[in-house]
Amino acid sequence: MHDIAQAASNFINLDSATLIYLFLVGFVGGLVSGFIGSGGAFVLTPGMMSMGVPALVAVASNMCHKFPKALVGALKRAKYGQVDVKLGLVLGASAEAGVLYGAHIQEQIKKAFGDAGSNLYVSVSFVVVLAVVGIFVLRDAWKTYRSGNAHAEEKASKLALWVQSINIPGTMVYFKSINAKVSILFTIPLGFATGMLAATIAVGGFVGVPSMIYVLGAPSLMASATELVIAFVMGLGGSLKYAMHGLVDIRLAMVILGGSLFGIQLGAIGTTYVKPFMIKVVMGLIMVIVLFSRALMVPVYMSQLGMIAQISADTTKLLKGVSFGIMIFALALGAFIVLRAMWQGRKAERLQYAKDIMAEAVAE
Amino acid sequence: MSTYEQKKKNKPYGMLVLTGIISIGMYVGLLANQDLFNVNFAKGGLYAFLPIITAFAFSFIHGSFTGNFWTVLGVEAARKKKEVH
Repeated sequence: MHDIAQAASNFINLDSATLIYLFLVGFVGGLVSGFIGSGGAFVLTPGMMSMGVPALVAVASNMCHKFPKALVGALKRAKYGQVDVKLGLVLGASAEAGVLYGAHIQEQIKKAFGDAGSNLYVSVSFVVVLAVVGIFVLRDAWKTYRSGNAHAEEKASKLALWVQSINIPGTMVYFKSINAKVSILFTIPLGFATGMLAATIAVGGFVGVPSMIYVLGAPSLMASATELVIAFVMGLGGSLKYAMHGLVDIRLAMVILGGSLFGIQLGAIGTTYVKPFMIKVVMGLIMVIVLFSRALMVPVYMSQLGMIAQISADTTKLLKGVSFGIMIFALALGAFIVLRAMWQGRKAERLQYAKDIMAEAVAE
Repeated sequence: MSTYEQKKKNKPYGMLVLTGIISIGMYVGLLANQDLFNVNFAKGGLYAFLPIITAFAFSFIHGSFTGNFWTVLGVEAARKKKEVH
């Protein structure tokens, strides 16, 4: 960890352009998080680093905006009956352990292979996890859309039904989102994996939400809302850990929070207007696009480690720029889909309301 | 009076203004005293609770403000809530 005095001196000067940029990215990140339960961090952390914020301060400050944001989002979605607090806390506890272990692995890799090795590990994790989970989620959403059953109630997967059928005495806990008892011996590894991913690529929800849907059998809306509880638990623990080393830049965290609280409220409201499979559409699309962004950076880090031929500085700069641009595009596309779906939902609701009024008037 | 009209009348204008003023005040205070915050919040150890408490305070006040903001603008949840089992 950084020396405290050095960390404080590493806090950058904030000008108005930086403030506006952080506020806007926070808003878009919050909008997506309110809808799918996570997201935004994959743009915010590299975004802060590109402004000269040291990597650890960027991670710490992102985490310190994440837990209050997740709290507000979870409370909002709890009002709509979408949050399973018990499941969130159970998964959150094991996720916290996953975060600590993930951070430990990161430190070991950094010690052994330096920054390039650490970056390569993060990028490869991004690519592998997002390729497997992202394509699966997107495929499932596409199948639902094609089947014409988008309005139908979601059914638990075969795997989830099997998990729910296993009875291990002394470990069974009832979860309202699943409407069944599940052994915590299944939830512990899922939470742990979510935490490890959060410590590695900053977005644990890319594993947390799909695992709640496909492994435990929770509906998409509840899974994405419950992820906010997990994010709160992980974010609070992580922030405290980083703050103990003086690494949180509270100004960065609170400015991002300023935008993201506008966004998360809107994203949460958006979930009441859309069909549940839209959660999968937005999450799957973001995952697959981000996957390309990170894949572009793999050769850069491999070249820095001497695993492949040297890549010129100009090409490296170009790849970095394109990679970051794709990430911003992924987030913006997610936000666009959320806003569009919400707009259409509101329009349909207003139309229905007008029809009801007309019908009432005619009846009278 | 219809539910729609009632909703329009009951918008939380007062709370929006109150939480808005406090929220802006908190941000002005934070940004105007950056050096003070940077030094004390980066001390580590028990001082770690300062950023955590600050984050909770901002989430409470600013979260309430943003919630009221969308309500006043008429952006609210669908009237028929999704049935979630």
